Amino acid sequence: MTQTTLAPEVKEGVDQQTVDAVAQLSGAYKHGWNTEIEMDFAPKGLTEDIVRLISEKNGEPEWMLDWRLEAFRRWQKLDEPDWSMLKYAPVDYQEQYYYAKPASMAVKPKSLDDVDPKLLETYKKLGIPLKEQMVLAGVEGAAASPADGASQGRKVAVDAVFDSVSVGTTFQKELAAAGVIFCSISEAIREHPELVRKYLGSVVPVSDNYFATLNSAVFSDGSFVYIPKGTRCPMELSTYFRINAENTGQFERTLIIADEQSYVSYLEGCTAPMRDTNQLHAAVVEIVALDDAEVKYSTVQNWYPGDENGKGGIYNFVTKRADCRGDRSKVSWTQVETGSALTWKYPSCILRGDDSQGEFYSIAITNNWQQADTGTKMIHLGKRTRSRIVSKGISAGHAQNTYRGLVSMHPKAKDSRNYTQCDSLLIGSTCGAHTVPYIEVRNNSSRVEHEATTSKVDDDQIFYCRSRGMDEEEAVALVVNGFCREVLQALPMEFAMEAQQLVAISLEGSVG
Amino acid sequence: MSALPKRRQDATEARLTNLRLPVSGGWTLPAREDALTRLGAMGLPQRRDEYWRFTDPAAFNAVEVAEAEPFQNDDETPLFNELKPIEITFVDGVLDPQARDDLRHEGLQVAFLSSAVETDIHWARKVFGRLEAAGQVPVPRPFATLNTAFATDGLLIRATKPVARPVAIRYVHRDSRSDAILHHVVRVDEGASLTLLETGPAAARLNTVMESDIADNATFHHVRDQGRTHLRQAVTSVFARIGRDATYKSFTMTANGVLTRNEHVVEMLGDDSVAHVAGIAIGDGRTGRFHHDDTVFVTHDALRCESRQVFKKVLKNGAVGVFQGKILVKDGAQKTDGYQISQSLLLDEDSQFLAKPELEIYADDVACSHGSTTGAIDETALYYLRSRGIPERDATDLLVLAFLAEALEEVDDPVMAEALQDRLAGWLARHAG
Repeated sequence: MTQTTLAPEVKEGVDQQTVDAVAQLSGAYKHGWNTEIEMDFAPKGLTEDIVRLISEKNGEPEWMLDWRLEAFRRWQKLDEPDWSMLKYAPVDYQEQYYYAKPASMAVKPKSLDDVDPKLLETYKKLGIPLKEQMVLAGVEGAAASPADGASQGRKVAVDAVFDSVSVGTTFQKELAAAGVIFCSISEAIREHPELVRKYLGSVVPVSDNYFATLNSAVFSDGSFVYIPKGTRCPMELSTYFRINAENTGQFERTLIIADEQSYVSYLEGCTAPMRDTNQLHAAVVEIVALDDAEVKYSTVQNWYPGDENGKGGIYNFVTKRADCRGDRSKVSWTQVETGSALTWKYPSCILRGDDSQGEFYSIAITNNWQQADTGTKMIHLGKRTRSRIVSKGISAGHAQNTYRGLVSMHPKAKDSRNYTQCDSLLIGSTCGAHTVPYIEVRNNSSRVEHEATTSKVDDDQIFYCRSRGMDEEEAVALVVNGFCREVLQALPMEFAMEAQQLVAISLEGSVG
Repeated sequence: MSALPKRRQDATEARLTNLRLPVSGGWTLPAREDALTRLGAMGLPQRRDEYWRFTDPAAFNAVEVAEAEPFQNDDETPLFNELKPIEITFVDGVLDPQARDDLRHEGLQVAFLSSAVETDIHWARKVFGRLEAAGQVPVPRPFATLNTAFATDGLLIRATKPVARPVAIRYVHRDSRSDAILHHVVRVDEGASLTLLETGPAAARLNTVMESDIADNATFHHVRDQGRTHLRQAVTSVFARIGRDATYKSFTMTANGVLTRNEHVVEMLGDDSVAHVAGIAIGDGRTGRFHHDDTVFVTHDALRCESRQVFKKVLKNGAVGVFQGKILVKDGAQKTDGYQISQSLLLDEDSQFLAKPELEIYADDVACSHGSTTGAIDETALYYLRSRGIPERDATDLLVLAFLAEALEEVDDPVMAEALQDRLAGWLARHAG
């Protein structure tokens, strides 16, 4: 594979390491292999029958089917949104498979030991531990040094989703002892209908947007989390999504409910094989945080980004939203977006409870012909609500990277605060970096600050460092490094390792 | 027009019912006909258009003009009098031949759109409607297009050398139902310089376009004050095309008006040019409402250009401030220095600030930044001033003026800056409490 199509000359101030690291990211997609496994497909295309079939395969009750059908009928009347800065050929929704299940999963295995070894091998190869004695310690490092992780006593429960179905969920027993429910959403619909019915669609309604409506109709699996009142989840929870089958869309739905005074840290990872055709991924994630609850949601998105000519790759249309319903609740989104040909993703927080908090930390890296249009919405409804947005976009090759965000202070959100910082780095002269923030302030006791730069490091900070005896290089390294860490540090340990490997970009002297 | 959605088409057709292309349009006719065709294709804006997200265009689309009682008791001396500008007066959009200075001045050519059409060839032909048409990408600006088609008059002003005295357009508003459409064309030749002032409310409803063609090495300063008629509505569009080593600076002060939409489209086409667009809006919603929208689009399409957008708003009693700004750096526009700041001070709980400050960058060696802040007056600063014996009202005014200072600094001429500062202080005194 040829190296990337970066501009031939490296601009002064961008060090070679950075350029190489970005190049390496796209040059060698490590998870592009394919698992040869027998699959059961639903017929191609999207009709009411397919929706019924998915519901039937999941053994769903009537109310769930009705919910899906309503979404499907609504979706048929909607137009695909065109306001993003993404340019792509129209998606033919009838050319996709909406349900693909490994044949060996026809009868759900009783335990992970019964799962098809090929599937287990797939996750092993990805570094995802589906054996409970293993722990997730950074995707690359897991297989190599499980003992290290274990000795630290860090456990991560994993729900592994392969194409349309959940393969298995680890540590369920241990979690159940703590009262935590962690299972696939299809299982939750069967086992905990009262919770699902109460919360599903309450954050992202069926009518929310084109892709969310599509997801509501055809979602096949995903994860469900319920953390009971006063419980601190004893381990980190994780879902690993793998798209394997060709021409198959993945539509997962995740629902996380954090009851009063609970805490959970949730990780999400995703990869897909290299294929010449674009594949669709349209997920919905809903989070509900009640009084004093805290949810930390971290994503390392590494879907196949397409090749260096822009062929193939995942179309990633994702709706993620958290409802901070309770007073003093807190939701933190952290994302490292390196994959996908297209990213359309705006993890958001509705800060409904008084004193609730929302955070969004993001690193988005696009290279070759990747396009990302990503950001967040912070809707301040409650009093003294606070939000913080830190977004770093790095663009190389022919890629386009857009931050799009909304900060809205409603009239009743007195004494609220928002701080937003968006920074962009361009490597090469054929890529683009864009910032599209919306700021709506409807009361005067709130303070909103937005800053965005596409520039060199702040001169004042450099001057300050230099006046303390550092040379220019060191000063730049310190300032920029400190800055990027803001996002990386927000990631839990397990992911920070993977993220650092993925980002692996020394930004020293490179904010250009 | 058939491709337009029905509602948009109906609104557009309704608005055009009473408008006619001028019978004796002369050389402007092809541009006007072209504009009419373009307007038919784009239609007038609707409430749900993304580009009109924060401002309802209905009042500009309305066939009938809402009544706006002209402001009578102006106790202030005409702005910029001390600069002894060359004055031209429009009353409700109609040129007042009595109130017109001798326009002969070295390096200056002034003509009027309504009469210049009698000349076969006119320099303005190369600019009229052209900059407006070029400024329709990526979003349509239909009110400017409507203006090109139906403007009744306007100034055609050309500087061939540095022009020592400023030229001032005085807009007088007398008729409570006047509906004015004026289209100015400015050309500053290579090495020439010009200062153009605009003052006054002009009409109950005003639509102006100014197309400014600024050649290499030329300098153009534009300063305007939108007058004291509170109930007036205005939609203005300024298009500027800037050559190599040229300087363009525009400043607008708005202190009244129920509805104002000021659009600015600046294209930097020559290397090493400078463009600054700035504005102050201070609004009090007590006497009805105050809705002020600054929409600015700056395109860098050359090397080493500098642009600044500085917009400050002070809002009270339910006043609404809007800022939509964009810096577009095209592929190859290296060494661009782009800066944009939009800030607003909300003096009470009812006022609002809505902003969309955008960057769109396709070149890697640039320094572009934007900032936007909103908040109430700094209590600590207020407390500090009060602890020094300054009454609360004076202290507040001081802080407001200090907040506005960065924008006012964009006015180079100290006499002009002081005159504007006095106006701001006067406004604050009248709108205390």
